[in-house]
Amino acid sequence: MHLLVCGGTGCHASASNQLLENLKQEVADKDLAGEIQVISTGCFGFCEKGPIVKIIPDNTFYTEVKPDDATEIVQEHVIKGRQVKRLLYTDPVKKTVISESKDMGFYKKQLRIALRNCGFINPEDIDEYIAADGYIALGNVLTEMSPEEATKVMIDSGLRGRGGGGFPTGVKWDIARKVESGQKYVVCNADEGDPGAFMDRSILEGDPHSVIEAMAINGYCIGADKGLVYIRAEYPLAIERLKIALDQAREYGLLGEDIFGTGFNFDIEIRYGAGAFVCGEETALIHSMEGHRGEPTFKPPFPAQSGYLGKPTNVNNVETFANIPVIYNKGAKWFASIGTEKSKGTKVFALAGKINNVGLIEVPMGTTLREVIFEIGGGIKDGKKFKAVQTGGPSGGCLTEKHLDTPIDFDNLLESGSMMGSGGMIVMDEDDCMVSVARFYLDFTVEESCGKCTPCRVGNKRLYELLEVISKGNGTHAELDKLRNLSEVIKDTSLCGLGQTSPNPVLSTMDNFWDEYLTHIEDKRCPAGQCKDLIRYEVIEENCVGCTACARNCPVNCISGERKEIHYIDQSLCIKCGACFDKCKFNAISVS
Amino acid sequence: MSAIKIKLRENDLKQLKEVCESFNNDPGELINVLHKAQGIFGYLPAEVQEVVAQELKVPVAKVYGVVTFYSFFTMVPRGKYPISVCTGTACYVRGAEKVLDEFKRILKVPVGETTSDGKFSIAGLRCVGACGLAPVVLVGDKTYGRVAPDGVKEILKEYEDK
Repeated sequence: MHLLVCGGTGCHASASNQLLENLKQEVADKDLAGEIQVISTGCFGFCEKGPIVKIIPDNTFYTEVKPDDATEIVQEHVIKGRQVKRLLYTDPVKKTVISESKDMGFYKKQLRIALRNCGFINPEDIDEYIAADGYIALGNVLTEMSPEEATKVMIDSGLRGRGGGGFPTGVKWDIARKVESGQKYVVCNADEGDPGAFMDRSILEGDPHSVIEAMAINGYCIGADKGLVYIRAEYPLAIERLKIALDQAREYGLLGEDIFGTGFNFDIEIRYGAGAFVCGEETALIHSMEGHRGEPTFKPPFPAQSGYLGKPTNVNNVETFANIPVIYNKGAKWFASIGTEKSKGTKVFALAGKINNVGLIEVPMGTTLREVIFEIGGGIKDGKKFKAVQTGGPSGGCLTEKHLDTPIDFDNLLESGSMMGSGGMIVMDEDDCMVSVARFYLDFTVEESCGKCTPCRVGNKRLYELLEVISKGNGTHAELDKLRNLSEVIKDTSLCGLGQTSPNPVLSTMDNFWDEYLTHIEDKRCPAGQCKDLIRYEVIEENCVGCTACARNCPVNCISGERKEIHYIDQSLCIKCGACFDKCKFNAISVS
Repeated sequence: MSAIKIKLRENDLKQLKEVCESFNNDPGELINVLHKAQGIFGYLPAEVQEVVAQELKVPVAKVYGVVTFYSFFTMVPRGKYPISVCTGTACYVRGAEKVLDEFKRILKVPVGETTSDGKFSIAGLRCVGACGLAPVVLVGDKTYGRVAPDGVKEILKEYEDK
């Protein structure tokens, strides 16, 4: 029997480490260590209900397990064969108890290719990866295919880059392959900077060998003997697991010299990022690896012609690489049969925000937003109304009700005014103000703009200021016109992808929530009650019972009133934090 | 650069030079060197940058340019208990801004600065990837999930007497 404990960052933060130790201890105490293995795995994806424990072979899926639950799991489930009912998942709508993950709405529509091993194998043990068909693809490619043939498999599969751009991976490899040079490089972009996206990290934490294997295949195809992983320093767990995996691969002769006795040499080094969103752009990333400021440069020349240290370099991101070994094992045809006409395979999304099932999901391209949000995501939190879903992070846009039935793929999202990006998907409800959301993203872009080109450095700052004016209630129609004009100029004239897409959150919210902008400038009102300068909290006298909850929770003590008497809010002192509104159980606080 | 001159301790200086040497004083390794240097000193004051520039034979301006470009590097010492509020989108829509405001209000320092007693510093942090626990606050290595503004006092209390 195996007890799989989620060891992803999300579950780590909820003490899954302690839980793992307790389970191990409990198993040892009962003298079961010979038969029961307790394993720390990568992310299961269902972060909302973490920490997760899965029991193999009966597939029982325990959610929200606390370290103290270890005793009961071992006593009841392992020894007596009785499920611990209180730790099973309850469907939020049907209220039925479900014991296996395959029956849960969250997993039913998912197809896990890039995440195939996450939550299934122990990422720190190469033998488990090999047992799950690991390194077979590399072996086959090296011994049976020429670089040209192997590259053709990638072209035929139709795989497109998962980092945001969506450029066909095989074509990219082919370009790098054809450039003649004594030295070439393979780079893995693990500098996941999109706030709210964490798929790359989860893959490196849960299945690092798949990335290593794919990089080696990539090296063989383009003629590179050196790989570099550019990873965020903020991902300590992923770095640690990657290092372990690299050491094991070297030990097994799967990295190093003369791999599989074919004379092919390949090794991988780790380079650390230091927190700059723009370094997701490949030219900026390469400059950062060379020890410079991560500023992008104009393309062409493309990295495939002149990249790291001036040598031909192929850059792909983690999720793209994670798809590759399976494509060789199951064939390009199999992969191309999944997805839509122009977007093949699956896509991993980090589903977050006002949604019941926050987590990491993987669905075939062509799945609709409605399926993702309402079936997999379990709908909106607290029974509120769906308002928008933001895809593509700071470069993407907000989509609404009318886009819910659009099949998700690269081209459809672009057409709807958003983009795939790296796969962040943030769901918003009726309480979210779209002007504030646009301002939030611009705040991010202003901070992350590298400053090299003027439209991005200065233009985004001006956009931010315009949004600030509007959210303070000082906007007029002139500001709205300026917002749109300036957005178009920034898109057209910026040097790199960051600036070319940064106005998207503004444009898409203006297109889809025009009324909300108008309410802010004409009525000086924020319908969602988020813009501090446009709202005031007041006590509704007939509902107030004088319970003092508001006064006790007010951080600035601006609410006065005796017990069992009506309370009052001193508007001159109120900081509009909303604590009184949240704490009142009698609906006696209004936002206007 | 910072106006206050600090004097590097002999031992730390030696360690810093060893770090540079371990990377063969290669200017291409500047970012890796700075990572290690920040590990030794906790931050990267002007004096440290000058030594790095000297060892790697690059202008101080280049080192300064790199240090200020990346958000991971800091030129101000962090507090004994560095507080990071996740400002990723998932945390934002679940109210991270109000939590951040509450920390600022109670500690009376803006983001990026340290309290005068050196105990706490506040920083915004881009997505830790624990979006299921949004909004997330980190104090040192300890993670607090689903933090509400009224929970801020409780968190600070834990560190008050330490």
